[in-house]
Amino acid sequence: MSDVGTAANAARSGSSAARQRWAPWNDPNEKPHVQIVGVTKRFGDFVAVDNVSLDIYKREFFSLLGPSGCGKTTLLRMLAGFETPSEGKILLEGEDMSGVPPYQRPVNMMFQSYALFPHMNVEKNIAFGLKQDGVPKEEIDRRVAEVIEMVQLGSFARRKPHQLSGGQRQRVALARSLVKKPKMLLLDEPLGALDKNLRTQTQFELMNIQEETGITFVIVTHDQEEAMTVSSRIAVMDHGRIAQVSTPGELYEFPNSRYVADFIGEVNILEGRVSGREGDHMLVQSADAGCVIETGPSGDEPEGRQVWVALRPEKMMISKEAPPPGTRNCIAGEVWDIGYLGNLSIYHVKLDSGKMATVTQANMARLIERPITWEERVYLTWTPNAAVVLQS
Amino acid sequence: MATPPHSDPADKVALVSGDTANAGALAGLHARLMLFPPYRLTGDVLKRLGFSGRSAVIAIPYVWLLAFFLTPFLIVLKISFAETVVAIPPYTALITFAENGWIAFHATLDNYTFLFDDPLYINSYLSSLKIASIATLITLSVGYPIAYGMVRSPRRWRFALLMLVILPFWTSFLIRVYAWIGILKKEGLLNLALINLGVISEPLTILNTDTAVYIGIVYSYLPFMVLPLYANLEKMDLNLLEAAADLGCRPIKAFWVITIPLSLSGIIAGCFLVFIPAVGEFVIPDLLGGSETLMIGKTLWSEFFYNRDWPLSSAVAVLLLLVLVIPIVLFQRIQERNARAEA
Repeated sequence: MSDVGTAANAARSGSSAARQRWAPWNDPNEKPHVQIVGVTKRFGDFVAVDNVSLDIYKREFFSLLGPSGCGKTTLLRMLAGFETPSEGKILLEGEDMSGVPPYQRPVNMMFQSYALFPHMNVEKNIAFGLKQDGVPKEEIDRRVAEVIEMVQLGSFARRKPHQLSGGQRQRVALARSLVKKPKMLLLDEPLGALDKNLRTQTQFELMNIQEETGITFVIVTHDQEEAMTVSSRIAVMDHGRIAQVSTPGELYEFPNSRYVADFIGEVNILEGRVSGREGDHMLVQSADAGCVIETGPSGDEPEGRQVWVALRPEKMMISKEAPPPGTRNCIAGEVWDIGYLGNLSIYHVKLDSGKMATVTQANMARLIERPITWEERVYLTWTPNAAVVLQS
Repeated sequence: MATPPHSDPADKVALVSGDTANAGALAGLHARLMLFPPYRLTGDVLKRLGFSGRSAVIAIPYVWLLAFFLTPFLIVLKISFAETVVAIPPYTALITFAENGWIAFHATLDNYTFLFDDPLYINSYLSSLKIASIATLITLSVGYPIAYGMVRSPRRWRFALLMLVILPFWTSFLIRVYAWIGILKKEGLLNLALINLGVISEPLTILNTDTAVYIGIVYSYLPFMVLPLYANLEKMDLNLLEAAADLGCRPIKAFWVITIPLSLSGIIAGCFLVFIPAVGEFVIPDLLGGSETLMIGKTLWSEFFYNRDWPLSSAVAVLLLLVLVIPIVLFQRIQERNARAEA
């Protein structure tokens, strides 16, 4: 991986702060590595991918996130060339990929089922792609040895796929798709078949390998935690459309719709109508909450318009003390259920409006007996900045 | 026996009745049956002889093979060491009891040496192996695309296609071979069609040639090739072909380096299923072949029915079995060794 490796090292030599700010999608001079332009894919009457446009930049770790059937795998298969778009086009480094068959695309894919060739051992599986390109034998041997070392499979090189564990197979599949140094690596639920511990560990390994090789990764997943961990940016998909494309942080803190807010992490959504403004802050009268909600700085909305306020459970405070009457951003209810996770406690509170709300609280003090218990009357409060206004 | 002689069987019933309804009821029934002396005795005797329910299940195929394969084979083997006589049965006994109480053992290898003396037999064997090999290869090259096409066809068609392969089996084999006479003869359907289409002006002589034998074998044994290949190809993960394409392999090459190697076990099974019966085939060469079509099945038939030489025809049959079994056993040995070397 010598040449790509040096490029990656150069990229890494910057301070971590510089890496934090690495955001080519905000730089108007940066050229996208992959451009998906108005792509639609229909299977008969069913629209799997609906007019999707996306720009993916070099060295990004880009996630397509969504529930099953949202079209994310179809989109990935179009990038690989296994499906042709019904409409729109895909450009790789400015070059139109339509009509280029999979075996001629400088793109490799890691399959969800791994699709390892069962009749070939690990080495031969990995060498397969290089052999197709007519790479000289010595170079094949050298490059195969390199990736085998990178994925730590040295002692298994001569085993056949059925003699490997799930985790080892996953590494072989990764090595096989990396060895050709593709311009873009597509990963279809790469960790889906691993157990939870191995999955967490492998997520970090994937990130390291991506940084080392500098290859653009596009990953399909339905696991929001996985997408949050590994991605530079995430595209949340819903019924073939892109709901939002953002960095993990923005996606969590500034979702643009109830769908995204609900898909990424836990959220309480309170329905209401815009009732006024106070400087930067918008006021929302909510029947769900039974009070006026003061939100953080937000755009102008006509009075009376229906909006939804999203509140993350960890950004709310729970207390038995009743605040003074008329306090904004306060809802009252009864503790319905408590989930004790050790580091956190989850409270399910039945609001006076009948709606259920979820609040989490870090268990800072080492107490066996928690002060709040079942069926107690509690008050949930939050700062205006915690509330996000959603228009859809 | 499981229960000690003086224990009260009622205890046992009580013990097991607490189990889940089904298992409990079954065990209860068993315990009750144990009270019944003939049942208890039979079980006792069988157990003492080293039988259990499990070994009885395993024994069924062995008993079957013993009764319908090994015993007839031993009878044929016995006859092959005898001499022809004009009598019923038309061969000498292997063992005779002399009047003075001696047992005379009378066996000869003449039948086997005769097989090597007269080139007719060796030529029949070689010709059978040649015809069967070529026919197997043709069947494979016809059957593979059929099986492949069936696997790749839309799912809702597959059952119909499968039935099309199996359905001819429901007609008598003999009738189907006879039907080919009507197609292949000089004034048959094939010649008529070709002449009317203007492809040929003179009718082709196909019937009573080796070509007709090949056609007959390929047609008759095609399902034996298609079905194992279909079963094998259907299991193949199509992602593998996508993976090959993704790694830069063109579809035609992927067929040779992925699909063919992975369907090898189906190819071998299909070839065995066609080759083995084809070697000993009698009906097809007799009906479709010419007088000079030499196949061991035909030779055996004439030896048995025209010459009434049972011992010689038995020797022909035994040698045919060895010709087929020895290569198969060797082949399996090699495969097992390869499998072990990989593990």
